[in-house]
Amino acid sequence: MHRTAFAFLVALAVALVTLSFSAAAPARQARTYHRIISLSPTITEDLFKIGAGDRVIAVDQDSSYPASAPRTNLSGYTPNVESIAGYHPDLVLISYNPQGFAGKLRDLGIKVVMEPAAQDLTQAYSEIYGLGQLTGHQITAASVVHWMKRRMTEIVASVPPLRRHLRVYHELDQTYYSATSNTFIGSIYKRFGFTNIADGPGQAAHTQYPQLSNEYIVAANPQIIVLADTKCCGQNAATVAARPGWGGIRAVVRHRVVGVSDDIASRWGPRIVVFAKAVAAIAKPH
Amino acid sequence: MAVAAKRIETAPRVEARGVSLRAGLVAAAFLLVALVVGLAVGVTDIGLGAIFRSALSYVPGVHVHQSLSATDHTIVWQLRAPRVALAALVGGMLAIAGASYQGVFRNPLCDPYLLGVAGGAGLGATLAIIYASTSGTTWTVPLASFGGAIAAVAVTYALGRSVGAAHMTGALVLAGVTMATFTAAVQTFIQQRHPDRLQTIYSWLLGGFNLSTWHDVGLCAPYIALSAVVLFLHRRVLDVLSVGDDEAASLGINVARARLTIVVAATLGTAAAVSVSGLIAFVGIIVPHLIRLLVSTSYRAVIPLSFLAGAGFLVLADVAARTLFSGAEEPIGVITAFLGAPFFAVVLRTSRSMR
Repeated sequence: MHRTAFAFLVALAVALVTLSFSAAAPARQARTYHRIISLSPTITEDLFKIGAGDRVIAVDQDSSYPASAPRTNLSGYTPNVESIAGYHPDLVLISYNPQGFAGKLRDLGIKVVMEPAAQDLTQAYSEIYGLGQLTGHQITAASVVHWMKRRMTEIVASVPPLRRHLRVYHELDQTYYSATSNTFIGSIYKRFGFTNIADGPGQAAHTQYPQLSNEYIVAANPQIIVLADTKCCGQNAATVAARPGWGGIRAVVRHRVVGVSDDIASRWGPRIVVFAKAVAAIAKPH
Repeated sequence: MAVAAKRIETAPRVEARGVSLRAGLVAAAFLLVALVVGLAVGVTDIGLGAIFRSALSYVPGVHVHQSLSATDHTIVWQLRAPRVALAALVGGMLAIAGASYQGVFRNPLCDPYLLGVAGGAGLGATLAIIYASTSGTTWTVPLASFGGAIAAVAVTYALGRSVGAAHMTGALVLAGVTMATFTAAVQTFIQQRHPDRLQTIYSWLLGGFNLSTWHDVGLCAPYIALSAVVLFLHRRVLDVLSVGDDEAASLGINVARARLTIVVAATLGTAAAVSVSGLIAFVGIIVPHLIRLLVSTSYRAVIPLSFLAGAGFLVLADVAARTLFSGAEEPIGVITAFLGAPFFAVVLRTSRSMR
């Protein structure tokens, strides 16, 4: 008797789920896009992560990840309206709108959606949700965001509370440009509770990306150095240690200099989890 | 040559005074003060007395206890001192190169970048920053910009020379403008393909001493020394050239050779300076004109005093660049241009009286 009732309930549940999906399908189909162009490396990563990669017909020249993305010569920085329109897209996704080129695409009847550079994780999550809606992948988008939130919490928790006040120097290039806590990448350090040495100079110079003075970095004596200029500029722990005057910096002495991929550190997509993991690893006690 | 020099001294239109002892002492004192300020002022508070004792401890035979902590010692001698030394060398060089160009081309608005040095160096540096920054050493960018500067000026000179000696002065300036435009176009084309490197490229173009090391000082010092000595030895010739080619020729000067020597020396020094500091604007205009206004229009005064004053000026500009925004660097080119542009306007208005 119990078995029959259980089978009946399972059948009912399956029927309900099938019904709801088939009812929702036509409505969702009407709003989704099938010929998508992404002119932002982060949006490209988001689209492929939520399973919408098969709808992407072209991505810009800087969209280096994933390898299966259809990379073209299109540029997100100096976009050419004619060459974009030549792909006959029904949706163009951008995170930068130089000289109002989005308006020109809209004049051609092409839908353009702007997902600007995120300031923090909350904005990054909402952009992934948005892309899920545009492509009919709400459920996978939600699960990607859920996974990111869970991983971020775990990674931050993996660093002992006593080590959450370390002074960090985030290097954007070998001329000592850095990022303050008001940037996306800075917001990750903030989650850990680290003190960002770029904050003071950034505030003084009214910029989120100050160029730090060599003397200031040595005097600030950071306990962690994160190099986001490994790919562009070939920097690593050894090149940092070899810089005149840097040999005595705490991070160098204690071997807490870590190189991360420039791409991952400059995007606000799902791979930020990989970045956070690398930062956590360098902050933990040896 | 001795006869020629004697004739030059008696040339009727060159009446301006040479360098007086007082002016020389004032310029030297200005440079000394600038050097001390450069060493003592920074984002870190380090006492002047401690720095002085630390400096004395390096003098052989003097036994002084130096009280600087290891970090402060590093900051003063490995970070600040090379900055100060390099800023002094570059400032002095740009000032005398600007002065020399102004004399040779008889144009008060000439700057050291006149013949395409800036464009060529910018192109060389951009290429190195984009294509060789992962494989290259710390010397790659300086060498590339030095090579670019020399190549650009060589092409300018060949172009200018092709019109014949009679119109060469004007042709050289036009060829320089052409070269600057062309190299800027190529440089912009390349940098637009690499938007991720824009910040580094602009940072180089605007110039600065944030990354200066003793290596850089060693790299450019021989060229700057050679160039400065040659220009110093030609200070009287410059006086005559600034009057006119015919007058100079009538006094027994081989005008073409003298001009080539001065241009080559000024260019070599400028290229060396640019290769380690980027493009620092207006030093070559502000400083020589200040000397002309305050002391004398004779190159016997302008060349040595410009070197001292240019060195001091750039050291102080660099102090501003690294301390204005406590910890954040301001490109030094922004500071010199901010001071220089209004000055340039004044010079432009009064240029007739300054020739």
